[in-house]
Amino acid sequence: MNNLLLDVKDLHASIEGKEILKGINLQVRPGEVHAIMGPNGSGKSTLSEVLAGDPAFTVTGGAVDFHGLDLLSLSPEDRSHEGLFLSFQYPVEIPGVSMVNFMRAALNAKRKYFGEEPMSAGDFLKLMRQKRAIVELDNKLASRSVNEGFSGGEKKRNEIFQMAVLEPRLSILDETDSGLDIDALRIVAGGVNKLRSDSNSTIVITHYQRLLDYIKPDFVHILYNGRIVMTGGPELALELEERGYDWIKEAN
Amino acid sequence: MDKELDKEPLGEKPGESQSRNNDQTGHPDDIIHEVTGSEYKYGFTSDIDTDIIPVGLDEDVIRLISAKKQEPEWLLEFRLKAYRKWLTMTMPTWAHLDIPPIDYQAISYFAAPKKKDGPKSMDDVDPELIKTFDKLGIPLEERAALTGMAVDAVMDSVSVKTTHREKLAELGIIFCSFSEAVRDYPDLVKKYLGTVVPPTDNYFAALNSAVFSDGSFVYIPKGVRCPMELSTYFRINAAGTGQFERTLIVADDDSYVSYLEGCTAPMRDENQLHAAIVEIIIENRAEVKYSTVQNWWAGDKDGKGGIYNFVTKRGLCRGDHSKLSWTQVETGSAITWKYPSTILKGESSVSEFYSVAVTNNYQQADTGTKMIHLGKNSRSTIVSKGISAGHSQNSYRGLVKVTPKATGCRNYTQCDSLLLSSTCGAHTFPYIDVLNDSSVIEHEATTSKISEDQIFYCNQRGISTEDAVALIVNGYAKEVMNKLPMEFAVEAQKLLAVTLEGSVG
Repeated sequence: MNNLLLDVKDLHASIEGKEILKGINLQVRPGEVHAIMGPNGSGKSTLSEVLAGDPAFTVTGGAVDFHGLDLLSLSPEDRSHEGLFLSFQYPVEIPGVSMVNFMRAALNAKRKYFGEEPMSAGDFLKLMRQKRAIVELDNKLASRSVNEGFSGGEKKRNEIFQMAVLEPRLSILDETDSGLDIDALRIVAGGVNKLRSDSNSTIVITHYQRLLDYIKPDFVHILYNGRIVMTGGPELALELEERGYDWIKEAN
Repeated sequence: MDKELDKEPLGEKPGESQSRNNDQTGHPDDIIHEVTGSEYKYGFTSDIDTDIIPVGLDEDVIRLISAKKQEPEWLLEFRLKAYRKWLTMTMPTWAHLDIPPIDYQAISYFAAPKKKDGPKSMDDVDPELIKTFDKLGIPLEERAALTGMAVDAVMDSVSVKTTHREKLAELGIIFCSFSEAVRDYPDLVKKYLGTVVPPTDNYFAALNSAVFSDGSFVYIPKGVRCPMELSTYFRINAAGTGQFERTLIVADDDSYVSYLEGCTAPMRDENQLHAAIVEIIIENRAEVKYSTVQNWWAGDKDGKGGIYNFVTKRGLCRGDHSKLSWTQVETGSAITWKYPSTILKGESSVSEFYSVAVTNNYQQADTGTKMIHLGKNSRSTIVSKGISAGHSQNSYRGLVKVTPKATGCRNYTQCDSLLLSSTCGAHTFPYIDVLNDSSVIEHEATTSKISEDQIFYCNQRGISTEDAVALIVNGYAKEVMNKLPMEFAVEAQKLLAVTLEGSVG
């Protein structure tokens, strides 16, 4: 066996007949942080949603191996149980469902999947308290409805909080920095860094180098027109910051 | 019982929530898991020797019912008068319902489990009956009876057994079947019967007044706070019959009672008619909480069979500072026509109506309330939550009326609809009629749909679609569910999940 957590091979996907991903290849090893950058409309969000199993997209070709599993054959909830987490670019509001109830349902669904008993109320509350601290999430937010009335920054912190609770093997952060002021960005990035380990990996999707000052990537990929057109180290992000995307577009 | 007990499984104080989770009512999330995959579990029939009269309706049938129940002459007259009025009336057609023609001559108006000369103790009750109610979660034997809740069990046309009645009698509380009340407390019954819902009130009320069979009678004397929940469990068992129950609740000055009703019926291909009347009279400073979990057989997924639930429920807040709270969770019945209403006659009287109505498949519901403000400074609150799925039609219909002399009144109405499919319908028909300047009426309404984005968000966090819908629906209905007594709230949460199973996707 190779030592890959995620192996994306020639992945094609479309929505309403329009092909968005045109052959993505990406390999992620445990402990690595990969940044995916690229201009608007290049397919960055689509890649994250297809990996998470959003039924709005149709996979038209390719394969994805996720620590030995055929990822594309799994339901979205099983992908989650197996350790794939997507921090949404636009976290949806779910009125009437408290964050506490929501996380409890999520965590216990995962435990059930692995044949474990539901977590006791006391243990769960302890866990919530502990994980909340990672992103400095207010206690009050946890008792409110999922994302309802949260500010942009609170929503993103709430995403990282959920990530902390579910302890995924692979986290995909879809433009987690968009709409964040510098303080919120620091808190969110700090949360992500605290959760980093040798065994779990992160894919950071972003437009800007700024986030990468806080979350240091091992690799930077440039996604353009549904394909990864360039891969490099952290210096590639700096070069993009300086030169913009036009030279990429011209070269492809 | 802590009426305001929050049904959220987890609060902010860990100790507190732990103790909640350890009680026998179970955890709502577990319940949702438990019921995912289950179907209407009350659809069984019981093999009980039943005395059933031939189908058809005329004055002789009414005389026969009255004779079987050994009623006094005045009550027979009451019935006959109602029947003659009914003959001149036509079925109301204003509701947003498609009601197939009903052949009133094809229904049997009286069906009673046969008994040896009036069972006095449990030994005389048909074991099959006890078994039936056990299966429904309503133990009738005193030693096994639910603690903290007295139950009147009604099967088809008669009351089978009322538990805890001796204990209640010590406080002067009367809780018995309607038939017994006619026999033992004729003056009370005569004084109040038909005073809130006159026999001429509407088509189904007239029919009920003519042929009503059994139901419950409650009288709470002055100054008494009823120490336990009173509950009537209605069960239709016999085929080809209708159920026409009659409930009368009187709360005298400064008294309090919480009353619950539950209903189930076997799964049958035919439609069965249930036309009930509930009358509630509340005197000075008295309070009545009336809760319903209605789970009549709703018909199959193609809309075959099911109960027609045509019910008139009305309370009269007669005394000053009297209070009536309606809470209903309506999940069953093929067709529901039901508007629990309050006449706020007393000064500063208060009424609330909290409703969750769920329709799935081909169910139709036209339900809501009327708040009639006659007394000065009377207040009412209406919170209605409609949930429609499948091909169902779900309507809220409400009237808030404030008369010229009823100055200083307040009403707040909140009317929400949640749609779970693109083939269902949600409709709102609010009527507001205010005839003075000093009253304040507020009306808010929302319509929402569970979005695919919400479902995918839940899925991504590991929550299955069924569980996600249950979470969202229970969250949406929480405000009403929290008003139910604890035992019912858990049952009602399960019901919501079962009723909506497979409705999103």
